[in-house]
Amino acid sequence: MTQTSETDTMLRTLLSDVLGLGSARATALTAESGLFGALPELDSMAVAGLLTEIEDRFDIVIDDDEVDGDMLGTFGDLLAFIRAKRGEG
Amino acid sequence: MPATWPCPGPAGIGDELAVVFDRARAVRLLIVPPLFEEMNRTRRMLIETQRGLDGLGVDSILPDLPGCNESPQAFSAQSLGSWRDGMAAAARHFAATHVLAVRGGALVFPTRLPGWVLEPAKGAAILRQLLRARTLSAREAGLEENSADLLEAGRNHGLELAGYRLSAALVAGLDAAVPQDEGQRVIRQSELGGSPLWLRSEPGEDPAQSAALARIIAAEASA
Repeated sequence: MTQTSETDTMLRTLLSDVLGLGSARATALTAESGLFGALPELDSMAVAGLLTEIEDRFDIVIDDDEVDGDMLGTFGDLLAFIRAKRGEG
Repeated sequence: MPATWPCPGPAGIGDELAVVFDRARAVRLLIVPPLFEEMNRTRRMLIETQRGLDGLGVDSILPDLPGCNESPQAFSAQSLGSWRDGMAAAARHFAATHVLAVRGGALVFPTRLPGWVLEPAKGAAILRQLLRARTLSAREAGLEENSADLLEAGRNHGLELAGYRLSAALVAGLDAAVPQDEGQRVIRQSELGGSPLWLRSEPGEDPAQSAALARIIAAEASA
């Protein structure tokens, strides 16, 4: 498995764990699937938990000023953010 | 079943509650719960684990951390030190032979006891998540706060985070604390199957995880 598809799979698992999406909903996420503002589960406490879990599982550090609607708008946005942080071009 | 135990506090010794399954058996497990919201999210799972342990011949005690759950003490008076003192007092009172510390419980459990830590959490990570929840909700309300300034203020004067009034000692303690395990075995979520219940705001139930945890502890305690 390449690191890129591994990141995709890890992020789906993480969203499923934190938001309780269930594997069917997590697997069905596409790059355009809305996250923040689209999923009622994702309130500020859940976002805080999600970011902490992302830092832990992907071994990256996310600064306050990197967190905004662009980064969390869609599944594709969040995946691109994590890939950039991990140096996956 | 609920039981009380004498816990030190700012006004002297007072009673705190614990959920106990006590039939005076040889293995007596003290369960030190996670901190903050994760405590509530894991409560059913841990009590279900106690039922499983009871069936497997193991006594268990799940005490309230002082200032939390049903405790008569004020949350704002607590620190990692007061939680460590409380858990040590509970271990003595109930004559615990083993300990299971869960998540942030690994920062405050009695390290002299043999046992297990389940997915131990660093204090700084717990604090970071609370700070983040506050800055995010401030931003939604059109205010600009940043974690570094809040942390500095909190270390000096205490801080309100996610509905909890943290003392200055608790903020400073969390910022520096790492899990205290010394020879206790680390249990990972993958050994229990399923996904971690403490991550979700509505954790639901997963009896299979509690059963797996009880089996691991009962088997290893008697090994």
